[in-house]
Amino acid sequence: MVSTVSKYIRRSPYQALSAAAIMGLTFFAVSVFAILTIVSIRFISYFESRPQLTVFFKDSASSADIKTLEKQLNDTGKTSSISYVSKEDALKIYKQQNKSDPILLDLVTADILPASIEVQANQAEDLSSLAQIVKGAPNVDQVVFQKDIVDTLVAWTGAARRVGLAVIAILVTVSTLVIITIIGIKITVRRDEIETMRLLGASNWFIRAPFLLEGLVYGLIGSIIGGLFAAGIFYYFSPALESFLRGVPIFPLSPLIVLELILIEMLAACSLGAFASYLAVLRYLK
Amino acid sequence: MINFQDVTKQYGSADPVLNKINFIIDRGSFAYLIGPTGSGKTTIFRLIIKDLLPSDGEITLGELDLSSLPKEKVPTLRRKVGVIFQDLKLLLDRTVVENVMLPLEFSGMGEPEARKKAEELLAEVGLSGKEDQFPAQLSGGERQRVAIARALIFDPDIILADEPTGNLDSKTSFQILDLLKSINKKGTTIFMATHNDKLINPEDRVIVLESGKVVEDRRAKAKPHEHAEKEKAHEKHTPEKKEEKVSETPKARSDTKIKLETLAEK
Repeated sequence: MVSTVSKYIRRSPYQALSAAAIMGLTFFAVSVFAILTIVSIRFISYFESRPQLTVFFKDSASSADIKTLEKQLNDTGKTSSISYVSKEDALKIYKQQNKSDPILLDLVTADILPASIEVQANQAEDLSSLAQIVKGAPNVDQVVFQKDIVDTLVAWTGAARRVGLAVIAILVTVSTLVIITIIGIKITVRRDEIETMRLLGASNWFIRAPFLLEGLVYGLIGSIIGGLFAAGIFYYFSPALESFLRGVPIFPLSPLIVLELILIEMLAACSLGAFASYLAVLRYLK
Repeated sequence: MINFQDVTKQYGSADPVLNKINFIIDRGSFAYLIGPTGSGKTTIFRLIIKDLLPSDGEITLGELDLSSLPKEKVPTLRRKVGVIFQDLKLLLDRTVVENVMLPLEFSGMGEPEARKKAEELLAEVGLSGKEDQFPAQLSGGERQRVAIARALIFDPDIILADEPTGNLDSKTSFQILDLLKSINKKGTTIFMATHNDKLINPEDRVIVLESGKVVEDRRAKAKPHEHAEKEKAHEKHTPEKKEEKVSETPKARSDTKIKLETLAEK
């Protein structure tokens, strides 16, 4: 059976290449989508696990104003820690983050950076009541919630997920149609051979199995190519992403997870290839 | 062995291709089916291997009533009836030996064993040394022998030969006929369609078909069982020849011998 399938594939290499390529493209998109999903879930989980708000003060805020607010927040018993970041500290952090860009370093001084406090709440539900206190305080310029960040991220990833799923749905449909067409052509080309086999006593299974196996092989090859290509790109750009996301502990993404992902994709791709071939067989081998 | 009872085959409202056909081919006999092109010879063969279903009537092979044979058993039936097709149906991209061993692939036999058996059969039909050639490299007579070897691969009870000498010269035609007769002598029923009257002996069993009807059914002068009895008596007196006959039948052939009765029982 395996040698028959191998012969069928070798006989029409361009068709085989097309089938494997479209499957590869589909499962490249699936891999990218899956990796981005894993990354976004980790990203969102990180922010969700940190009930925090950051309070930026106006330049006119005195240290007494800041201390009063800190005391007010402490007295609620809803905070686990409050850390003060002065203009100078902010500049240090800024310099640390942009040490590779001297132009940015030259443009910024401590004066233009606001002083701030980072308030860690005991629980995420406490953030709203803490925010009420902060907003009522004098000389507060801006309050940034992690919740806002999470909501924005969820909205973005949700949109990306919908677009990704739509692209994958289109590619899966196209792959299925391409496999059906290619297997259909092969069945048509071998019609006489199939007829002879039937007349000599070949069972339906014997005739159909090589075609199903052929579709499965295209799926297998496509998923390996697509999965490895996506993983390669991801690992290539990981250092840049890591630097961009600064301290959010998403990386490293374990190779075991990627391997597991590729294995699941291989299973899905084999099923898709075999399913598409089965449709072709139903259509062309009545 | 092969029994047609009032068999009719008709496509739609057109004139029937076969019209209430009746005949019986005895086990171990050699019977000719003759008639002009379009008289229904090939249709009869296709009905026997259930490539077509009769519109009416009953066909039995031994104890097996074909109408009661379920669809999933049809491949098994076809492995029990060797067919030499009019157009041979050799696969041109496979070598001679691969063509002969093709049906064994369906039965799940391993390649080395199948190849060995195919090579034995090719030797039996006089094609030793041609195993690895392709059908296009062979002469018409040789291709016909390949088709015969393939038909023999399961050591069937019946061989249907549809115009096996159709495109061959007279000398080669008689060689093919001799080959089929030698197979028949080993007990295989041969049912051969032809329109070449010169091949037929007066003592042979002949069914004449015309416009889908049996217009003449000449029984063989010596009945098959008489043939067998004569042969038995002959073998008793010539033990050397008997030994030779046994050795002519390769072991592998008897290993894969399939009886139609087993299909009926199942």
